[in-house]
Formats: sequence, structure tokens, C-alpha cells
Amino acid sequence: MAKTHEELKQMATQVRRDILRMVCMAKSGHPGGSMSSTDILTALYFNQMKHNPATWRRDGKGQDVFILSAGHMTPVYYSLLARTGYFPLTELSTFRQMGTRLQGHPSVRKDLPGIFQASGSLGQGLSAAAGIALAKKMDKDDNLVYCLCGDGESEEGQIWEAGMFAVHAGLDNLIAMTDWNGKQIDGPIDEVAGIGDLAAKWEAWGWKVIVADAHDFASIEQAFQLAKAGKGSGVPTMILFKSEMGHGVSFMAGTHKWHGAAPKPEQLEQALSELGETPLGDF
Amino acid sequence: MKKYIDTGKKDTRSGFGEGLLQAGRANPNIIALTADLKGSLKMDAFAAEFPERFVQCGIAEANMVGVAAGLAIGGKIPFVGSFAEFVTGRVYDQIRQEVAYGNTNVKIASSHAGITLGEDGATHQTMEDVALMRALPGMVVLNPCDYNQTLQATLAAARYEGPVYLRFGRPAVPNFTDPDQPFEIGKAQVMNEGTDVTLIACGHTVWESLQAAEALEAQGISAEVLNFASIKPLDQETLIASARKTGAVVVAEEHNMAGGLGEAVAAVLARECPTPVVFVNGEDKFGQSGTPSALMAAYGLDAPHIAEAAKKAVGKK
Repeated sequence: MAKTHEELKQMATQVRRDILRMVCMAKSGHPGGSMSSTDILTALYFNQMKHNPATWRRDGKGQDVFILSAGHMTPVYYSLLARTGYFPLTELSTFRQMGTRLQGHPSVRKDLPGIFQASGSLGQGLSAAAGIALAKKMDKDDNLVYCLCGDGESEEGQIWEAGMFAVHAGLDNLIAMTDWNGKQIDGPIDEVAGIGDLAAKWEAWGWKVIVADAHDFASIEQAFQLAKAGKGSGVPTMILFKSEMGHGVSFMAGTHKWHGAAPKPEQLEQALSELGETPLGDF
Repeated sequence: MKKYIDTGKKDTRSGFGEGLLQAGRANPNIIALTADLKGSLKMDAFAAEFPERFVQCGIAEANMVGVAAGLAIGGKIPFVGSFAEFVTGRVYDQIRQEVAYGNTNVKIASSHAGITLGEDGATHQTMEDVALMRALPGMVVLNPCDYNQTLQATLAAARYEGPVYLRFGRPAVPNFTDPDQPFEIGKAQVMNEGTDVTLIACGHTVWESLQAAEALEAQGISAEVLNFASIKPLDQETLIASARKTGAVVVAEEHNMAGGLGEAVAAVLARECPTPVVFVNGEDKFGQSGTPSALMAAYGLDAPHIAEAAKKAVGKK
């Protein structure tokens, strides 16, 4: 059952609570990008992607596949995997602790469903996603492959290699997304190493490009519908989601300082009170 | 002493090409990828017979490794092929994350390895690739010695479930092993039995070691020759048994000292049965332009140098 936009909003609020609590407990992690991509991934996991934790398999046969190329966004990723039933919610409290399945960056293990590929060293996930999309083409499996990249990550040359490859290979079953929050660890992207007009760049690469508002579920879902309509067109789709780092909490929003910093307990309290509780409950 | 006959010089990369074709015929999941080096990697026959399973990636090795990892996740058995330097040093981090840590069933087909790449010179002659690949947890590292063994090693890599680094070369070299001998990952072959010194080799130095053993025999020195085409996992049992028997070891390889077969062997011997070892390798140098045979001689990797090293090793007993 698809969720209404109100239900998605509530879930996204809960996911943001999860992110902040996980990172605060671990005293480390990456809340900034997790919070800018929360709404996108909430819509993807609950409404858009065809997936089933009970029948999940790493080869992705018969289902859609998601690759997190920007691997540091594990807090949002793990929260959504838990909240869609891949592993118990309580496990989120083990994030980044010794012995956990929930490593700082995604790790592939036989006992952990939901994760198709390791990531964290940036720029590599889009190539893997293209490879999975190509395997699906070879197998005449008409499901889709989704891949989330960061905008800072787009400074990596391999992203553009993958961009050329996906067009040459005609991967219209590949839907890439960029969390375009304009920030990276060292500062605003325009100051650190400007990447210019991403829409013009991806268009020049030959992709179908959709620009959407990462914090408006109507815009997000419309973007996914447009992207899915690209199947059969012979070209891959890039959705550029204009987003805000740290979205949802006043003192975290719009600054690179929360890319990879954990809130202190008193900051967590303030953030949680701003977000408000939801009936879904904390882990 | 067993006499090995060169049945006609062939390049080991052609053994890979034929092995790939045979593996492709046996298993529809075999995929070949290259970064604009289809001809050099001898993938033409595979590409002609299975165009839908041949993926030309262009000059973009990093993406090629990632695409291969994705294909492997999707249930395929991809072989990525390029020159040794470009499928190791250039893409070390991609192999580390996407293949080794990601545990994807990717086979890295590494041609033109070592100094015998020849005239193109040092930019293309990697003597460090084995070190990089050995260092990765779970990576199998193979360096077969001739056309026949490279063909068999390719089939073994295709059968094996997990990441494999398969190293071979450019020049035509003697072809002398049994074409029907299946390749066993993790097993060394005793090419010749001997009692005075053990000559350990992989790749092109196996033939050179056999030639050295013949020369040594004429001088009254009995050399045992072991082919360690499987560098990782390393056949410790065969190594230790031979070192205990002869009490002197030479390791000859077309690779630099750091991280190569020599250090792998020395580590086992230091731990299990300390034995004098003399190393024949590229030491700590880059290569240069030249013909393969001239380079093998100039860098001290040919049979006469191996025979000299054997005498030194015997003298250390």
C-alpha cells in the first residue's frame, strides 16, 4: 500500500529522529547528507521501489535494486532498511559499534539483507549500478536499478566515466539520483571545487535529466514517475534533487559543518524537540 | 631429471583468450569486459562468438571494474581485461572496495605483466601488481607459466567462486606444460625433483628455472623446480617439504622484491623452517624499453642468473 504524502512526511520525521539518535549514540557518523536525502529515500523505499525484504537476494533478480554510491549516508540507509523490515529496528542502536552488522559505511555480508554492494570510497557506486542494470538487460529482467550519489561525490571522475558508459550501453533501466545539497566536508561546493551546472552537464552527457525539490513529496514522486517513464527510451535518467544539508533541524540546516559531525546529547534533545515525536516511535 | 620440450612458442595471453572462449562456451554467465584492449587481451574470438556477452568499456578502467562488480552482483561471471598496470595500480581502490571487500565474483585478467611487456617501457611495465593484489584479503593471485597453463588457469578462475587476479604476459615464450593438466588453485607443481637446491618460480621464470636446473645438473648440482603459479593461496606444504629436503631456496619472479612471490615464500620459511633464500627479481627498480629477452637478461631474471643464484644459495647452507 502506497503511503500518502502525509504518511511519508511522518515517516521522514521519524527517520530523521533515527539518524540523529544513531549518530549521537555512536558519537560519529554523517547526519548532514542523511537528512538532505531522507525525503527522497523515504519515498523511494516506501512508495517507488519494487522490493521485498522477505525475498531479498543479492543478485537482485525479480526486484528493483538500490545502490548507495555516497556510502557515508548510512544513517538514513539503515533507518529505512530497518523501517521497511530488513532487520530489527533495535539493531540501529549498534550502528558503528564493535561487532555490528551496521558498519560505518555499507558492508556486504551474507547475514545482512538489503545491501547489494559495499560503498564509501566515493565515485564508485554508479558504475556498480550500471553493471547491475546491464545484467538485468542481459537477463531480460525489466526491473529497475536506482543509485544515489552525492553532489560532492560528483567531483570524482569515475562518476562521469559511468555517465558515459550508461548512455553508450543504453541503460534506460538505470535511475540515478544526486542529492544536490551544495555542501561537502570542507565547505560549500562552490568554494571547495565548484561542479557548475549539474543539469547542463548531465544533459550534455546524454542523460534524461529531471530537477526536483528534495523536500516536497509531490515533486519527488512526480520525478520518480517521470524517470520510470524513461524505460524503453534507450537513455538513463538522472534526477537532480535540490536539497538542503541537515534539513529539518534549525541549527543543522544549510551548513557543511554537520556533514560528518555527531550532535552532543543536549543538541540531540533540541533537534528531537524541533522534529517532534511521531506515532511510529523511536528505535 | 624430467626434460621439458618447448612445443612451439606462444604468448600466455593467447592461452587466456582460448580459455575465456572455452569458459564462455561452457557457461552462459561468463562475460568479458575490456578497456579498449580487446585485441591485446586476445578477446576477439570470444567477442565474435558472444557479442552480447562482450562489454567494451572504452578507456575508463575504474568504471570497468565497477561495472564488472555490478554484473557479478547480478549473477554474471565477468572477466575484466587490460594491461597489468591498468587493472591493478590504476584501479586499486576500485578492486579493493568493489571486488575484494564487496566480495564480488570478478576475475581480473591482467596481461602484459612485468618487464617482458618490452618496448613500451616503464610506464606500462608493472613489477608491483602482485604486491597490490596479494595484500587484498580474500584475493586469489595466479601467475601461470605458459600458454597451456594459462588456458587451464583461466578455466579454473571461471569455476572458482570469488575474486581472482590472473596474471599473464605479452611475449611468445616456450609452451611446455601438459595441455590436459587441470589447474588447481592453491597447489604448486613439482616440475623436477632435486636434492641440493629448490628453485621456485612463477610465470615466465618457470621455463628459465627449468633451463637453469639443466645447467646446474651438468655442474653436479641437483635442483628441484617448483611452479608456484598459485601465489595466493600459497602451497605451504609443498614449499616446506622441498625446503626441508634441499636446505637452500631460490625464488625467481618477474616482479619487484616488495610483496612478490619471494617475500611470500620467505615469510613461510622464516616461520616454519628457516632456510637460506636467494632472490631473483626486479629488486626496487622501474623497467625500461627493450626486447623482452634483453630485458630479462639485463634485469637478471634469466636462466644464467637463476643458476648463479642457486650456487649462492647452496653456498649458504
